[in-house]
Amino acid sequence: MAIKNENDNRFYYSNRNLWAGILFGIGIVAFLDETIFHQLLRWHHFYDKSTTDIGLISDGFFHAFSWFATIGGLFIYADLRRRNGLWITKWWGGVLIGAGGFQLYDGIIQHKLMRIHQIRYVENVIIYDLIWNVLAVVMIVIGLSLIKSNKQQAKEVSDEPQ
Amino acid sequence: MNLNNYILHIDGAYFFTQEQLIPQILLALPFVLTLVMYILAVIVSNRRHKRWPLYRTVCWIFGVLFAIISVAGPLANRALVDFTAHMFGHLFLGMLAPLLMALAAPMTLMLRTLTVPIARRLSKMLRSRLSRMLTNPIIASVLNIGGLWLLYTTSLYSLMHDYFLLHLIVHVHVFLAGYLFTISMFYIDPMPHRVPFLYRAIVLCVALTGHGILSKYIYAHPPNHVTINQAELGGMVMYYGGDIIDIVIIFILCLQWFRATRPRTRLAIFSNCFISY
Repeated sequence: MAIKNENDNRFYYSNRNLWAGILFGIGIVAFLDETIFHQLLRWHHFYDKSTTDIGLISDGFFHAFSWFATIGGLFIYADLRRRNGLWITKWWGGVLIGAGGFQLYDGIIQHKLMRIHQIRYVENVIIYDLIWNVLAVVMIVIGLSLIKSNKQQAKEVSDEPQ
Repeated sequence: MNLNNYILHIDGAYFFTQEQLIPQILLALPFVLTLVMYILAVIVSNRRHKRWPLYRTVCWIFGVLFAIISVAGPLANRALVDFTAHMFGHLFLGMLAPLLMALAAPMTLMLRTLTVPIARRLSKMLRSRLSRMLTNPIIASVLNIGGLWLLYTTSLYSLMHDYFLLHLIVHVHVFLAGYLFTISMFYIDPMPHRVPFLYRAIVLCVALTGHGILSKYIYAHPPNHVTINQAELGGMVMYYGGDIIDIVIIFILCLQWFRATRPRTRLAIFSNCFISY
């Protein structure tokens, strides 16, 4: 009887690794946003009087969903571990895509289009916006490249003669 | 009555006027009764069956205490004139007390303690169509969150302070709807009408969204007779206080998912039958 390696089932659970990462990424970036920018720095406002109705709804939905995503994402991580299906680089790829994706949505659609609040109430807010969104894109690019190298790895493994 | 309370508030002392005392006693009495009944049931049950877990009794005691301090005593008096205090009271009555009381598994305790014929009748009631309807996550969420929208976006909030009966109905509703909402999201007690995890997760997310949006709406649009400062503070109490309790509900729901979807061996299937949450 062959001895099973740790994380032997990771190719079987490939997509679940990605989704667990994306959920946790969305959740953690929303959590950091709330903690750092709302509570500690107090740059973001709780409610900006220029908020559109759709902005209020979008913000409410993402706030609720991000709580769920953080906790649920970590439970799925634990589930992958007990199934020997954890694929850590794929998971990190997911985390960066989720985090970058949400930050980009927050930075462009929620801050700029729906005007839920600005990053900081100063004159040259455009600089803050640029840094915010460029960081988001960088996270997405790194995340995508991690997943891509994983795909090649999975292909090589499945091509190997049994 | 409002004006009257204001004078008392300015004096810095909270006297019980007769108008305040009666609704407070009426609202607090059922909770005191359930506490006595629960403890009696634990004593009876411990004699006949294996010991009832201590943490459940502790949960029930604290649940009842939070419910009582939100409907009677200094916080309830203050809530009549101070919107922030009102919001703390509602967090206790509509979210924290139901959560703690749901964790105390009162239905399980009742089924253990009652005689078999009465317990059968109770379990038949739990299986009824009405119970299916009320414990459905969507209906429970509409009763809970929809009720709050009705309270804070219409004149119901100011009417509640003028009419004694309305005050009673609103507070009873807030508690019962909060309890139904909690037990529709995670299953501690026997629940004949179960729905899948994903279903509950989605409904919970939407309900929390409704709660969060309402908090921000209150922040920007104070209910009648509430000052802007109080509405801003109250809205934030509702938003962040709600978040803290929501985390616990989400955590228990996910934990139940985690346990239910464990990779199965024969032993796991067997022992899973006995997991309460």
